[in-house]
Amino acid sequence: MSAVLEAIGVRKSFRKQTVLDVERIALERGRTLALLGPSGAGKSTLLAVLGLLERPDAGRVLLDRREVSAGDRDARLHVAAAFQRPWLFKGTVGENVAYGLALRGVAPAERKRRAAEALERVGLGGWQDRSALTLSGGEAQRVALARALAVRPRVLLLDEPLASLDAVEKRRLAREFARVLREDGMTVLWVTHDQDEAALVADDVAVMRDGRIVASGPADEVFFVPQDEWAAGFLGLEAPIEGVVASVEEGVARVACDGADVFAVTDTAVGTRVRLGVRPEDVVLFDAGAEVPASSARNRLRCVVADLEHTGATFRAVLERGGVRLAAKVSKAAVRELGLAPGVEVLAVFKATAVRVAEVSRSGREVSA
Amino acid sequence: MSVFAEAIAEGLDALVSGSVDVWGVVATSLRVSGAAVAVALVLGVPAGLYLGTRRSATRNALLVLANAGMGLPPVVVGLVTAMLLSRRGPLGALDLLYTRPAMVIAQTVIAVPVVAAVTGAAVASVPFDLRLQARSLGASRWQESLLVLKEARMGLVAAVAAGFGAVISEVGAVMMVGGNLEGSTRVMTTAIVQYTRMGRYGPALALSAVLLALVVAVNAILAQVQRSAERFERS
Amino acid sequence: MTDRRVRLAARRAGLLVAALTLASLALASGCSREETSAAARQRLVLATTTSTQDSGLLDVLVPAFEAAHPAYSVEVIAVGTGEALRLGQQKDADVLFVHAPQEEAAFVAAGHGAERRDVCYNRFVIVGPADDPAGVKAAASASDALARIAGRQAPFASRGDGSGTHTKERALWGAAGVEPGGAWYLVTGQGMGETLKIASEKQAYALTDEATFLAMRDALDLAALFDRDAALRNQYGVVVVAGARNERGARDFADWICGNDGQALIGRFGADRFGRPLFTPNGGGDAQ
Repeated sequence: MSAVLEAIGVRKSFRKQTVLDVERIALERGRTLALLGPSGAGKSTLLAVLGLLERPDAGRVLLDRREVSAGDRDARLHVAAAFQRPWLFKGTVGENVAYGLALRGVAPAERKRRAAEALERVGLGGWQDRSALTLSGGEAQRVALARALAVRPRVLLLDEPLASLDAVEKRRLAREFARVLREDGMTVLWVTHDQDEAALVADDVAVMRDGRIVASGPADEVFFVPQDEWAAGFLGLEAPIEGVVASVEEGVARVACDGADVFAVTDTAVGTRVRLGVRPEDVVLFDAGAEVPASSARNRLRCVVADLEHTGATFRAVLERGGVRLAAKVSKAAVRELGLAPGVEVLAVFKATAVRVAEVSRSGREVSA
Repeated sequence: MSVFAEAIAEGLDALVSGSVDVWGVVATSLRVSGAAVAVALVLGVPAGLYLGTRRSATRNALLVLANAGMGLPPVVVGLVTAMLLSRRGPLGALDLLYTRPAMVIAQTVIAVPVVAAVTGAAVASVPFDLRLQARSLGASRWQESLLVLKEARMGLVAAVAAGFGAVISEVGAVMMVGGNLEGSTRVMTTAIVQYTRMGRYGPALALSAVLLALVVAVNAILAQVQRSAERFERS
Repeated sequence: MTDRRVRLAARRAGLLVAALTLASLALASGCSREETSAAARQRLVLATTTSTQDSGLLDVLVPAFEAAHPAYSVEVIAVGTGEALRLGQQKDADVLFVHAPQEEAAFVAAGHGAERRDVCYNRFVIVGPADDPAGVKAAASASDALARIAGRQAPFASRGDGSGTHTKERALWGAAGVEPGGAWYLVTGQGMGETLKIASEKQAYALTDEATFLAMRDALDLAALFDRDAALRNQYGVVVVAGARNERGARDFADWICGNDGQALIGRFGADRFGRPLFTPNGGGDAQ
């Protein structure tokens, strides 16, 4: 993999308070990195630094491995951004989309052609002549994306692009934008505080807290295997399950954990220390005495409910068996049927393929397995 | 009331018959004040851009200056300009006192703070994030400024109107540096003063009517531009 | 019922207006003159020409008159002769102190003035650049001087405001047989002081009363070039406005200024500053 845009050792303080302190973040060619974290974590500052809109107090930004800065206009022309508010300029939709091209001295006819093309990409073909200030939130955000895409940047930066939209519109646009970006092979930094949105769009994920990146890696892994206690909480995961690979048979490993064996699909060598992660959505609960029909779900753990939390439409049950902690997402009906309450014993069932495995490196940090 | 009736009749006569060169005076006014506003835009808009987009101690000081400058008494401007341009003054060699360029200079001094302050206020209402958006699409400083001015164009129209309104109806400075010379530096306001002094209320009233009509027209155009802009933004 | 209420309200409003008027009168007079009570002093409006104001003569005459007649508080309006006559015609002024004898006479003849008397005179003088390119110094008469200026098309600054000075200038042009006009003839439409300043800046000739020129000469790059002509006499007169609000005060002013005290003051005025008196009193004559 090759990093198109990368920041190393960037730090920034504001009124003597550190708002950014990142060892390294890299945007890989053709991939979307979701930068996830609560508001105030420093995501937008990091985006501004990567976008060459703000100078860090320390550290370097590399574009195609060449060091660049906010004063480097040529470098800036390779990056484009869209923000939470679309910030459309007075004028028509067409003029807005062509703005970046006009800045680059593209001839008017070519500008028109590429603006039309970009609008087509975001599903607004033929909208050129409408006033840009009369659009709905979703439409305006599409225009903002088209405007950034029109300049064919090496890197696209999106700062909470969907945060102002309602839930339905947000999901629809997230899917659509992700498809467009993937089709274009665009390299993207997508800042969001919403992990569902991140899950929809991201190839890679970095989680930020207090100006630092506390978890990062491929989305598959970061969302399943907690790397940090705080990040686990933020992502709705329980603390990682630690264990050692005891045996491997036909690609399925038996991982000996404190108090239980867990089956996982992995090719990690026997004897390797690993951390395991299971998404709460993948865990199904049964009555402790129930006869569970034979299925591909290899893991069947008898657990005790440690905690039950109402999270809106569903409940989240925290389960314990020895040193193993699991979370399960359960419907209201299931809670009633199983009589779920702290102290109740249940059977937790999940597939070996639902278990993500990360090796514990010597330094104690995870490496993708 | 007969004073008015008489004056109105005489004034109408002056406007229609051309017995008094009302339209020549109006043309001089428009030329001088138009030129002054044009120069004031060249100087005041960049200043306004600076006032509206920067945040620094220098900027704050200049803002105070611009706002104070809006209340600059034209007679003071006239006095200082006349002293500078007089034969005995430091710029006397230019031989400019009692010429139209002298009037343009004085009126420019009056108009620049107005243009700068109004432009500054308009520019300041353009959100910083919009500028950041432009920058993130590759705008240079210069291109970003142009965009800000485009976004604040209603304010620019207001700046032109305010500047023009300030100078077209100003009498102190043009009287002092223009000298009210017939056929060259006589403008509406100085002619009104002169005719009033001479007791010729008719031409004075006629010129006042034209002046008022101009001021109203400028503001009507301004209101129209603003309305159409609002329509465009809402529809 | 309604009628009575309306009447009551009207009466109340009337009272309020009266009270406000009284209060503002008291305030206004209280501010300007503290030594005498408001009721004791009568306003006397004197319309005069800018030349008397600019020369400083009024600054001497008005306080002396007020000292002699404490019953009056003089308000001076300094304008052109044309405007002064107009103010008189509208009864906005009680007494006029101007210098256009023919028009003053016509004013009285038209019934606007009750009486007119000579007060004093000074001289008009033709001023211009010290190097005198038109050769005005060598002129035989005032009209000849103007003819020379027109012949050379040398710049000439005219007040063009219908003032006494302007009237005199027009008469001289008429005598010279010249209808002035063109780029060299600068019409200022302003008072004497401003016109002299413009003449100085433009290095133009001008016709001015001697008093104004002497008072301003240090600030001007102009020289007095010609005054040897009886036609350049500048007669000042006082006119009592017929039916003026304060006609009695107007008559008192006319009597005083033409009387011994006023005439003596005028005869002395300017001697200390300019080496010789600016005005020659000739107010001993009878009313015309």
